[in-house]
Amino acid sequence: MAGQPLIAARHLDKTYQLGEQQVQALRDVSFEVMPGEFVAIMGPSGSGKSTLMNIIGALDTPSGGVMEIDGAAVAGMNSDQLADLRNRTIGFVFQQFNLLRRTTALDNVKLPLLYSRQRPPDLNEAACASLELVNLGDRLHHQPSQLSGGQQQRVAIARALVNSPRLILADEPTGALDTQTSGEIMALFTRLNAAGLTIIVVTHEPEVAAYAHRLLRMRDGRIVSDERTVAASH
Amino acid sequence: MNLQTVAEFIRLALTALRLNKLRSVLTALGIIIGVASVIVMEAIGSGAAIAMQQQIASLGTNVLNVMAGSMRIGGRQLGVGGAVPLSEKDLRVIRERVPGIAAISGQLNGSVTAVYGAANWSTQVSGVHAEYFDVRPWPLVAGRYFTAAEVASGARVAIIGASVRRELFAAGTDPTGELLRIGNVPFEIIGALGVRGQSGGNDADDVIIVPLTTARSRLVGRGFATVPDAVGNIAARVADGYDLAETQGAVSAVLRKQRRVNPGEEDNFTIRNFASLLQTRNEQQKTLSYLLATTAAMSLLVGGIGIMNIMLVSVTERTREIGLRMAVGARGIDVLAQFLTEAILLCLAGGLVGLALGVGITVAIAYVAGWTVSIGIGTVALAILASAAVGILFGFVPARRAARLNPIDALRYE
Ligand SMILES: Nc1ncnc2c1ncn2[C@@H]1O[C@H](COP(=O)(O)OP(=O)(O)OP(=O)(O)O)[C@@H](O)[C@H]1O
Ligand SMILES: [Mg+2]
Repeated sequence: MAGQPLIAARHLDKTYQLGEQQVQALRDVSFEVMPGEFVAIMGPSGSGKSTLMNIIGALDTPSGGVMEIDGAAVAGMNSDQLADLRNRTIGFVFQQFNLLRRTTALDNVKLPLLYSRQRPPDLNEAACASLELVNLGDRLHHQPSQLSGGQQQRVAIARALVNSPRLILADEPTGALDTQTSGEIMALFTRLNAAGLTIIVVTHEPEVAAYAHRLLRMRDGRIVSDERTVAASH
Repeated sequence: MNLQTVAEFIRLALTALRLNKLRSVLTALGIIIGVASVIVMEAIGSGAAIAMQQQIASLGTNVLNVMAGSMRIGGRQLGVGGAVPLSEKDLRVIRERVPGIAAISGQLNGSVTAVYGAANWSTQVSGVHAEYFDVRPWPLVAGRYFTAAEVASGARVAIIGASVRRELFAAGTDPTGELLRIGNVPFEIIGALGVRGQSGGNDADDVIIVPLTTARSRLVGRGFATVPDAVGNIAARVADGYDLAETQGAVSAVLRKQRRVNPGEEDNFTIRNFASLLQTRNEQQKTLSYLLATTAAMSLLVGGIGIMNIMLVSVTERTREIGLRMAVGARGIDVLAQFLTEAILLCLAGGLVGLALGVGITVAIAYVAGWTVSIGIGTVALAILASAAVGILFGFVPARRAARLNPIDALRYE
């Protein structure tokens, strides 16, 4: 693959200070992700997957090393630039969906548009289109409590997609879902990836990881393997 | 930030406030009560000032009032009963020796019962000179004033105030020419006065005006045995072009001589003019408005602290929400604006409800107590601006706390 990597992590360290104790969540993590890749990250609990995702997503900063997104070093950005980066370039999908309660699917999806500097002329239309992409065109005015887990996660994905980001970061997106629904979510990711979106998924489930084209394995804050896989056909 | 953004922030804030209806109402209560009480106090205060001003205007600001007795430093009148009453002679020397007196009259007051046919009414009687109606103009609606000759002869003629007329005569009937028994003495009604209104809490129209000589000899003279030609108080109008204070000084000098006050001795009479009363009143009102402003500031302060407290709680409760907003691209300023909007809307809503409540209470008071009240547009604007300012002032610290949260810590907050 030629061209500039979308993500370049170089010698990332992350140390948490818990009183006297130091926790090394990441140790010398280096890798690159090219545009259009579909990457799965696996590893035992506590191996640093979420920590890495948060740093890639510009939510957190590394203790050492350089994180570059689209060629720009995250460390050199101020908080407003980071906010814009999260808004425009990255779409987050969380294990716990993180939808605003008592807020309709439409309004939840609209959220990133509110903070966008290049917003479409009609926010509702854009949010609707995004919800239709995840097959929730008929649930626009439902609140999270009126939706199933799979539907809620699809709302969250629609929200991640609404600003047409280049990168989707999903931290255990299927962790709270049954196998059937997980399959639907991953099929959706496959479709999005086929359309050119770069996707990184953290998961504990090999069946979920099987959708990706590349698998990173982590242990004790290190990347222990990085292999290309053939995506299972579904 | 464009208009659409502002609209969205307002919508967001309204949603958030609706999610906690009861709490929002309770929080705004401080502002509601503060604004309402300010409105009510201000309405009563300025109403009283207006009533006073009307009264003073109707009494005339170019009129000197002379009373028997001295005045204490504190402004309270002392020993009227003990002092030598003002007499016709006193009145005459003022008229003759003080330049610039346009009109002058005595005014002898007393309480009487007036009877017309089967109806009777307890009221005030004022015995005055014919010039009285030139000292303080008081238009007639029927009949005529009495003449100097009628005063000299002690004619039993009476001019009745609007309230007396209302109480004793059927609406639409002409009272002039009718016979009225005042304290058992028959009088002919020769005139009816126009409405003057409230005066210092008293009904100025609840009065019967008769010649001073008649009043002295037949109605209220008995209390002034020491001087047979007592005139009660003296009211004098100062002619245009003459200085009120200077004329007052001249009256004082003349009266001191006439009433044999030795140099260095205290006056045995008191002169007041309503212009100076007006000034005193203005100063009192200034004090009152400082007091009101302090009350307003205090209640808004208390309300504001309540707002700040609840907003801090709200920021803590919604830490995860803030984290999420930041994760999808909210800048610090966006979060700040969101919480500030909430605080301002809460305060504004409280201010508007307080305004409505205050106006309601004011109207009720005006209706029940019959006071003059007045709500100025300035007061309303101030109430609204002040509540918005409280929102900004006390919403800022919680909003800034929200804006400064670290996205990842906020997202993980439990
Ligand atoms: N805020 C924090 N403060 C202190 N230690 C932390 C913090 N966040 C994570 N850690 C530690 O860093 C290590 C890596 O955590 P991380 O959440 O990245 O693991 P993970 O791979 O995502 O695990 P899981 O699969 O259970 O989600 C853990 O040992 C964890 O205890
Ligand atoms: Mg994790």
